[in-house]
Amino acid sequence: MSRLDHRAQPPADLLIRGARVLDPREGIDREHDVLVRDGEIAEIGAPNSIDAPDGAEVLDGEGRHLFPGFVDPHVHLRTPGQEHKEDLDSGTRAAAAGGYVAVVAMPNTDPTVDSAPVLRSLREAARREARIPVGFMASITRGLDGEALTEMAELADAGALGFTDDGKPVHRAGILRKALQYQRLAGRILCLHEEDPTLSGRGVMHEGEVSARLGLAGIPSISESTLIARDASLAGYEDGRIHIQHLSARESVAAIAEAKARGVRITAEASPHHLTLTHEALLERLDTRLKMNPPLRSEDDRQALIAGLLDGTIDCIATDHAPHAREEKEVPFEEAPMGTTGLETAFAAVYTELVLPGVLPLELVVDKLSAGAALVDLPLPAVRRGEPANLCLLDLESSFEVGEAGYESRSENCCFAGRRLHGRVLATVAAGAVAYRRRALSVVGAA
Amino acid sequence: MRHLLTIEDLDRPGIERILDRAKSFTEVSEREVKKVPALRGRRVLNLFYEASTRTRSSFELAAKTLSAEVINFVSSGSSVEKGESLKDTVQTLSAYRPDLIVVRTPHVGAAGLIAGWTDAAVVNAGDGKHEHPTQALLDVYTLRERLGSIEGKRIWIVGDVTHSRVARSNIHAFQKMGADVTLCGPPTLIPRDIEALGCDVAYTLDELEQADVVYALRMQKERMTDSFVPSIREYAAQYQIDGRRLGARQVLMHPGPVNRGVELAAEVIDSPQAVIGQQVAAGVVVRMAVLYELLAGRTAPDRATLPVGAPA
Repeated sequence: MSRLDHRAQPPADLLIRGARVLDPREGIDREHDVLVRDGEIAEIGAPNSIDAPDGAEVLDGEGRHLFPGFVDPHVHLRTPGQEHKEDLDSGTRAAAAGGYVAVVAMPNTDPTVDSAPVLRSLREAARREARIPVGFMASITRGLDGEALTEMAELADAGALGFTDDGKPVHRAGILRKALQYQRLAGRILCLHEEDPTLSGRGVMHEGEVSARLGLAGIPSISESTLIARDASLAGYEDGRIHIQHLSARESVAAIAEAKARGVRITAEASPHHLTLTHEALLERLDTRLKMNPPLRSEDDRQALIAGLLDGTIDCIATDHAPHAREEKEVPFEEAPMGTTGLETAFAAVYTELVLPGVLPLELVVDKLSAGAALVDLPLPAVRRGEPANLCLLDLESSFEVGEAGYESRSENCCFAGRRLHGRVLATVAAGAVAYRRRALSVVGAA
Repeated sequence: MRHLLTIEDLDRPGIERILDRAKSFTEVSEREVKKVPALRGRRVLNLFYEASTRTRSSFELAAKTLSAEVINFVSSGSSVEKGESLKDTVQTLSAYRPDLIVVRTPHVGAAGLIAGWTDAAVVNAGDGKHEHPTQALLDVYTLRERLGSIEGKRIWIVGDVTHSRVARSNIHAFQKMGADVTLCGPPTLIPRDIEALGCDVAYTLDELEQADVVYALRMQKERMTDSFVPSIREYAAQYQIDGRRLGARQVLMHPGPVNRGVELAAEVIDSPQAVIGQQVAAGVVVRMAVLYELLAGRTAPDRATLPVGAPA
């Protein structure tokens, strides 16, 4: 993972004893001992078959689950320029606490990550501050102005994992077409925030029954799906590779499925909040933590996203972790910035709302929570001998109220705040080093 | 009832109780000394983030008639323009110990937010395009006076429903009182899925004759700039209530201020069918009843509710 950066940590020597190891891509689903030596998975064996070598820490995995660590292709770490919301340390701490072993940060910072010097200095900062490996995307257009392309080839050489104007669409088809042509030179995926501003207007939530009731301006579903259809058409014509960010609407899932059927190289992500919440939540309480873009949509849209995950139309789950400071969110709904944090609750939210009720199989969720690595050409974490240890240990029985003990993130605008969720992350090993360990986690013994 | 934030918080008996009390207050305005001591010593704070002549003066008159002290806080030239947040403003003003805050803001849900930040009772005098519950109460009051009851009556609300908090509050209030509501206006100004509220939607006035009550909404000129309507002329041609369209037995309402020659033709404003003046008069007594409902018999906030030494 040479295009990812983090602060060097001592490699772990660790024996995780008797955990239920679930790695759907490796075809593993049973209790095992897993030995990590010098940051690498050294041995996988039957429970109690492996002796802890000298100096190795032993974690009791009995009754717990061990997954390949999660990878999030879509987070906002707000650095540089908005460190009051999040920084590389707090953001990656939040990620590790959520079981993530790598995250990809969006470039809509201040300044925008639109030149190699900005990217290089950011990567340098990550090597000082980040708890887990972080990759960075650069913007498609300079300053996200939608007008002029960035120096994509140079940015790719400097380590940009991909290109995106996330937060905004590339409104002009002609500019996106040029970016797609330029992709042949620069490589790397183009990640697209799909929204037609002339349809979204001043909308602050999903257009539908709830917005009609509340008198809030709506963002129609077609604002997203029409632009997806346009961009899939452009990508097909130029044989480019695009990824559609934060899918929210039924029409959008249909547009992706249709493009995939035509052979367009297109992938898509959905967020835990769009998969588990709807605009109805705003009727209970007009809570600014529930304001995000794209907005929470209808139950019908949510069902379409679930179906899209099941049939493979949607390739991965991404949080769109979007921290905002308390004073920015503690304002009337229409005034509040869009975004919810999500790294610390992603697995628990999806597990509680979709796996426990039997809507999605656990192995599918575990797969989709790290499948995003493939978009940006990163190796998928695997529980396999000889691999660097990228693991997370969870207690699926344990439940918690979101926010009750605060957050690792610098911001607290989590849309799941106050909900009781099942599935606690106990420890995360990222790139061979322990990145997170829950304080209460019992260490059986350090020999 | 602790606050009046939306009409949805009230049930039919609650609405009727407020309107009955409003009726009993009409007599006060007939007196030579137009004052009763019901809320003597109570403090009412008018917090207005939007220009409003009639709503603010109506609340002020209502509070003063009940002998409450009134403080007016308007946003222009205030700390708001110096960047103070709504929360800080409310908490600062709460230090004056108001018993009740009347609030108008351009933001949906702001009155509800404020209720969470103060010990005072809060009355929503308009929160963005969401609700304006006292307007709905005075409209029901006016109709009760004119028609006796609105049970089973057909009420058409005509105009820009999308941007109207009056429409939203009235849909709920009229339905709770047993009326059938039809919304009529240009398709660009009727919110998608509004039928979920249980009302009918019409895009022309062709069947207006079936209405017992015609409630015209104010058409704001700025709607043209966003192409909601191509021109005021076209809007008036399609949706203006005039002498030709308004039947002799229909009741005509409007929340004011009227754009003469736009949503209403001059001849209907002054017609016997119109109750626009009655609506304004009802505003004072209905708001008196709301203030009374929220404050009379209620212990002032943050003060001991039990005598010293009483068992807890």
